Amino acid sequence: MDPMVRIRGLHKRYGETEVLRGIDLDVPAGSVMCIIGPSGSGKSTLLSCINHLERIDGGRLWVGGDLVGYRERNGRLYELPERQVAGMRQKVGMVFQQFNLFQHMTALQNIIEAPVQVKRVRPAQARQRAMELLDRVGLAAKHAMFPAQLSGGEQQRVAIARALAMDPQLMLFDEPTSALDAELVGEVLAVMKDLARSGMTMMVVTHELAFAREVGDELIFMDAGLVIERGAPREVLGAPKERRTRDFLSRVL
Amino acid sequence: MAEDPPAPQIVVPLRHPWTWLASALVVLIAGLVLFSVATNPAFEWPVVAQYMLDGQILLGLSRTLELTVAAMLIGLAIGTVLAIMRLSRNPLLSTLSWLYIWFFRSVPVLVQLIFWYNFAALYSTITLRVPFGPVLYAANTNTLITPLFAALAGLGLAQAAYTAEVIRAGIVSVPHGQTRAAKALGMRPMPIFRRIVFPQAMRVIIPPVGNEVISMVKSTSLVSVIALAELLYTAQLIYSRTYETIPLLIVASLWYLIIVSVLTAGQHVLERRYRQR
Ligand SMILES: Nc1ncnc2c1ncn2[C@@H]1O[C@H](COP(=O)(O)OP(=O)(O)O)[C@@H](O)[C@H]1O
Ligand SMILES: [Mg+2]
Repeated sequence: MDPMVRIRGLHKRYGETEVLRGIDLDVPAGSVMCIIGPSGSGKSTLLSCINHLERIDGGRLWVGGDLVGYRERNGRLYELPERQVAGMRQKVGMVFQQFNLFQHMTALQNIIEAPVQVKRVRPAQARQRAMELLDRVGLAAKHAMFPAQLSGGEQQRVAIARALAMDPQLMLFDEPTSALDAELVGEVLAVMKDLARSGMTMMVVTHELAFAREVGDELIFMDAGLVIERGAPREVLGAPKERRTRDFLSRVL
Repeated sequence: MAEDPPAPQIVVPLRHPWTWLASALVVLIAGLVLFSVATNPAFEWPVVAQYMLDGQILLGLSRTLELTVAAMLIGLAIGTVLAIMRLSRNPLLSTLSWLYIWFFRSVPVLVQLIFWYNFAALYSTITLRVPFGPVLYAANTNTLITPLFAALAGLGLAQAAYTAEVIRAGIVSVPHGQTRAAKALGMRPMPIFRRIVFPQAMRVIIPPVGNEVISMVKSTSLVSVIALAELLYTAQLIYSRTYETIPLLIVASLWYLIIVSVLTAGQHVLERRYRQR
């Protein structure tokens, strides 16, 4: 069976600087891949390439068997129009470090916006589904609150519910707990664990090593735009083979 | 043993005798001015009263209000397009927008109005034709560019340049992360702008646009130079006939005062609403 995500020879540049320098990855459907690495190593950029929020400069990338962002004809890649890219993005949910909730909408409105606008789900039906999702992340009582009235942990759980409302096949998490006060991290990680247990394919950039050990099927360590080391989380964290991994872990722990 | 509460002290605030003296002087001067204005027969207050609700004046007043609304709508529509162009990644579009804003903000509106009014001197006929093909439409410039057209072009195009900057500031005030989140959900650029960015930009845009509406009411009086019968030109038309110059200028001023005061009050309400949340 095809992996949910397949990446081959991925390169990405910002101007002169090469941020990704040849990444090869497979993420099997239903598995959880955790990504660690120092700041600036290209973790966020990698996730942004997977749903084509960033254009790539080399290599190929497939989600669910479909080439992302381009059409291949006669050995050449043609960038797809925004309309088709948007269609592909529906299949991929994304959760950001800064939550990025729509500030002028309530929690409920945040969640139903894309299903109603993009998938043309009837509002009544979308609302019912949104309430189920809010219940799942433990926030049914706060559906009428605006983001500014919610704690960081609550905002991030709404953001997760918002992504899930599009019924994605894959969820990307970019440091979902890094902006949170320590006592709020647990509630978000609990929602993510629950999601992993339900069989969602997930790629998670995180510094929560305990989470990676418990939930991750695979862990990769990135540095300077390359995957330096990969393997079962227990092994990479317990007995890192590469010096750079060891240095990084000794600094984080 | 319980102590007695301390006896109340008498607090003597610092006195400011000079402030009082200055205030008294200002009130005195204001009173004298008011007295002179009320009693100087040259002001001809009965004439002012007679013309305040004159049919011709009211027509000019409604023309002033129509010009304000129309010029602001033109300014908002073109200004929005300019703001989006200015923020575009396409360097041609953003440069064009920059040039437009630079030009229309640099040339005084009064000059622009006179320019439009005399457009016929530049192009005596305006033709619309298929290149090297048949003429679809042809008209004498003087019949096409009426004073109303020149007024709306002069006021509206200049206003667009100012509004564009306000709208641009509003758009960039919305955190870019929300656009990324909306994209990641599969939303397309137009809905993202309409549903996510614009409503939040409005909070930043509305208060300054309210101010611009107030300025526009006053700017419409410039149109009097191209013989368009708005409030000021109507007053001028009447006094050129009756020689009651001062009273008619007072009539026009009073109406400007009334409109601007009403709008300013409305502006306060709007600002308070948009400051909450
Ligand atoms: N939009 C951008 N323009 C220019 N450089 C960028 C941009 N985004 C990220 N970078 C650079 O790319 C490198 C990788 O960034 P990022 O993927 O955010 O790293 P990480 O998420 O691992 O901290 C950094 O050096 C960063 O400065
Ligand atoms: Mg990052």
